[in-house]
Amino acid sequence: MSVPSGWPGRIRPAPEHFLSQEEVRAVASGRRDFLRSAFALAAGATLAGRAGAETAQGDPAILELPEWSTTLGRPVAATPYGLPSQFEKALARRQSPGLTRVPGSSVAFTPLQGLFGIITPSGLHFERHHQGWHDIDPRRHRLMINGLVDTNAVFTMDELMRLPPVSRIHFIECGANTGMEWGNVAVPTVQYTHGMLSCSEFTGVPLQVLLDMCGADFKRGRYILAEGADGSSMTRTIPMELVESGEVLVAWGQNGEMLRPENGYPLRLVVPGVQGVSWVKWLRRIEVGDQPWGTKDESIHYVDMMPDGLHRQYTSLQECKSVITTPSGGQVLLDQGFHNISGLAWSGRGRIERVDVSVDGGKNWMPARLEEPVLPKALTRFNCDWVWEGRPAILQSRAVDETGYVQPGYGQLREVRGSASIYHNNAIQSWKISEAGEVSNVHIR
Amino acid sequence: MFTYARVALLALLLLSGSAVASSFDYYVGIGREATPDEVTAWDIDVRPDFVGLPRGRGTVDEGEELWEQQCAFCHGTFGESNEVFTPLIGGTTAEDIQSGRVRALAERSFPQRTTMMKAPTVATLFDYIRRAMPWTSPKSLSDDEVYAVLAYMLNLAGIVPMDYVLDEETIREVQQRMPNRNGMTTDHGLWPGASAAEGGIGNGGVPDVKNVVCMEHCKENVEVLSEMPDHARGSHGDLAAQNRLIGPVRGQQTLDPAQREAAAENPVIEGEQTARAGGCMICHGLEERIVGPGFAEIAVRYSEKEDAADYLVGRIRQGSTGVWGSTPMPPQTQLKDEELAQLVHWILSGAPTQ
Repeated sequence: MSVPSGWPGRIRPAPEHFLSQEEVRAVASGRRDFLRSAFALAAGATLAGRAGAETAQGDPAILELPEWSTTLGRPVAATPYGLPSQFEKALARRQSPGLTRVPGSSVAFTPLQGLFGIITPSGLHFERHHQGWHDIDPRRHRLMINGLVDTNAVFTMDELMRLPPVSRIHFIECGANTGMEWGNVAVPTVQYTHGMLSCSEFTGVPLQVLLDMCGADFKRGRYILAEGADGSSMTRTIPMELVESGEVLVAWGQNGEMLRPENGYPLRLVVPGVQGVSWVKWLRRIEVGDQPWGTKDESIHYVDMMPDGLHRQYTSLQECKSVITTPSGGQVLLDQGFHNISGLAWSGRGRIERVDVSVDGGKNWMPARLEEPVLPKALTRFNCDWVWEGRPAILQSRAVDETGYVQPGYGQLREVRGSASIYHNNAIQSWKISEAGEVSNVHIR
Repeated sequence: MFTYARVALLALLLLSGSAVASSFDYYVGIGREATPDEVTAWDIDVRPDFVGLPRGRGTVDEGEELWEQQCAFCHGTFGESNEVFTPLIGGTTAEDIQSGRVRALAERSFPQRTTMMKAPTVATLFDYIRRAMPWTSPKSLSDDEVYAVLAYMLNLAGIVPMDYVLDEETIREVQQRMPNRNGMTTDHGLWPGASAAEGGIGNGGVPDVKNVVCMEHCKENVEVLSEMPDHARGSHGDLAAQNRLIGPVRGQQTLDPAQREAAAENPVIEGEQTARAGGCMICHGLEERIVGPGFAEIAVRYSEKEDAADYLVGRIRQGSTGVWGSTPMPPQTQLKDEELAQLVHWILSGAPTQ
């Protein structure tokens, strides 16, 4: 492969080119402050070409052997629980300023702009708590099952973890994901527009097994109530049909280890396809009943207001949705030329069937590649080739699920539901790309 | 003895092909029967049809007293709330109480959607107050106190008179006066269970919004309806620091050069990190009160005083009550000495943020 002459000039030099070799060594040895100041210096260094010190002999990154090639590295178990590279600190959970004022009842968003594949690293799984989180002692945690059952029962974690488990990959999305965007553009990046979304492999036992053990009355008991052990003791009603499908899990595992405390350690409900609020964390009780419970989070919150002022109650399912994560809002393309458009698609009704991508604001569309695995009620990664020639563009993705449901545009969604619903915004997302390569969040017609 | 089950057992027998005799004791030794007291201790839910409602009573006056002590610091004396929490009361009228539909929701004539504008069922309020309030000490109210607090809220909303006694009987009358009792619909496709026609909820999953797959010449023009205004460019911090250092893209530099330099030159403020990571900011805002005083308020009161640092270290370490209000701050034993010193130094510096 040769680099053609007339290769388009870089719009933004890569950060390593801002650093002297000495600074690179300093960074490599753990001093991070250099990077910050390097970024500050780079603020003015646009269109600087290849700003590094490439010489006729070649690239100093090759010619001058770096410290990691010429010194002894660190020993095993230096970090008993491994952490990401020091250069990856930009990818972190963040709150959206102004969204909530009380961090005990707030949201921290997943940095979708930098993730690959479909699995969300557990430390980046989005957070939403209703009354703060605790790190619960698992030896003192209990699960109770009561209501329309032959036997009210209690299980310890020891007992639950003796049962035959299953492991399944599913997405979890807050019902209010993209909720800030119903009326107009409100936030700049995909972390804030779509970051109440994560996907993990969950391990647990089907709730149906436990209800069978207790002799649940499946004829009369067509609803269950799930209740958390936190201060809010969050409660949600879930249809027995989902439990009977075998999909609803009482889960303790997440991506091969125990759940993180922020995600419900040691026990949470997994309700595939349904909004996150129903995946009750720190699960302490399941009640079987013959009526829905009309809890606070299905009467006052998590109700979708329609234009006539009526609220839709018990809206639970997450409909088919997709978003391009690279390139996405707040980013800037480094170069003209080839780019891989990459994103995520998902549906609470099943598998993703197809995703199409537009680069002209929806006038024309091209099919994207769906990457394996394509699993029901899980994130699906899609990719699409694109050559950016330096002209303004508007990128969109549109997903279709196995039921044939096609992700709608904002116009179609608002025509039916208005713009005050807060919840269940699954509209097509648009990212505008300027001539300078800057990507921004826009709503279009 | 605890009885075990049926369907899972059969499934497992089929899978394993074993010839274990039919038995409910398949998962032998797992789980036990809950005692009646255990069920009573945890089964605290109250359904809209009042199943689960405990006996008890409370008056508006009693509720007002409790409200002032335990609720007003977050929700305001009249349920209007301070700037932190969404208001509970307001936006409902006598006409709404008659009709059961809150007119202001359709007309958008009230700036917020208060709890009382939305709540269709009074049992929901009882259930939630009982399980989750007050914010820092949930489940601490007696059943009578829950009745009393709820009576006060209902009085503020004009649903019951000043002399009302709310109990397990009268609460049923109140349901017939809830301003938004007819304000909910379940006619939608987002309930994943049986449809209303089958005895469940909703329309069986039929979507309300429809799009079609069009591939070419799908529209003539593209019009931008909304985008981030220039002045909001830095609203979410420096986006360059929220994207990876390598790869096909970088984050945009959204802070001006002076802000960037300041951010780069200042050392990380350890005290602020402790305040955030240590859970302090669940109850204390930077400027304003949440449950306890804002950090800036504490700085104003103490920064000129001698021994202020030692005093605050002691207050935080051992817990405190009665200085800023009656809500106690629990002892913060999780903080290391060094973290506590940094925290107090940061507070007394006026709680500056990066």
